Amino acid sequence: MEPANHIGFIVAAYAAATVVIGALAAWVTLDYRAQLRRLADLELKGLTRRSASKRSELAMRQAKEDA
Amino acid sequence: MKKEIAMAIVDFASPSRFLKFADRAIPWLGGVTVLAFAFAINQAMIAPDDYQQGATVKIMFLHVPGAWLGMLGWALMTLAALGTLVWRHPLADVTAKAAAPVGAAFTLMCLVTGSLWGRPMWGAYWVWDARLTSVLVLFLLYLGVIALWRTVEDPSRAARAAAILTLVGALDLPIIKFSVDWWNTLHQPASVFRLGGPTIDRSILIPLLVMALAFTLLFVTLLVAAMRNEILRRRVRTLRLMQASAAS
Repeated sequence: MEPANHIGFIVAAYAAATVVIGALAAWVTLDYRAQLRRLADLELKGLTRRSASKRSELAMRQAKEDA
Repeated sequence: MKKEIAMAIVDFASPSRFLKFADRAIPWLGGVTVLAFAFAINQAMIAPDDYQQGATVKIMFLHVPGAWLGMLGWALMTLAALGTLVWRHPLADVTAKAAAPVGAAFTLMCLVTGSLWGRPMWGAYWVWDARLTSVLVLFLLYLGVIALWRTVEDPSRAARAAAILTLVGALDLPIIKFSVDWWNTLHQPASVFRLGGPTIDRSILIPLLVMALAFTLLFVTLLVAAMRNEILRRRVRTLRLMQASAAS
């Protein structure tokens, strides 16, 4: 069997795998940035989760005590 | 004691703790994955040609890990579905939802590379053989679960519906594995995980296992990152609901 005859199939398979997995990795990365941006926008409007705001209060209290 | 251990596991698996773990783990996982791929691709490129299939055996280094991880993704979703239906653990919902696109991508990689391997070896890009068809069914099941998650607005209702579909779909996993034994297929029988040991020569088996390890690391990295995104998405949803209820 002549491998040279099939080089196009090998290259196409590696290119296809790169595109499929690359697209997945890009989607995960862009999605992470989008969620962080949405959370930051909501926090700018003064919205925080109750547990998060409790933690922030505790952290501020701790910082004051440390000072 | 058992109860304390169970509670410690449940506590560790809380979404907040998982976020902290993911933030620390993802850069390390990413780095190890890059190093593993550098080594694995080198091993794949220097692997000898097969005596029958020639250089096209190099497609196996993509096709086989894609198949394994496509099935692993659904097996993971099946465990998570049990976590959703039996223990109603929030991280089980998150795992199930995040694993679906990751598993679908690896299954697609398996199908596409298999098709590109089939054309020079069998003379056809596709045949309605039991192995190929059952893997196509797995890919369609992945698309169905993703569509279900997107269709149902309430995440806990969506999780229960997706969990039931996942458990039903898990029946496809043994069909994929044993299709080559149960039916007369064009696809070759199992050659790595089989009684009596692998039938592949070490010079090709070792690059295959190294490549599978690299892809598994990539799978874990992408899954942890997708789970982190899902937890953040749920936080955004909660804040938007708070915003809406405050406005009304």
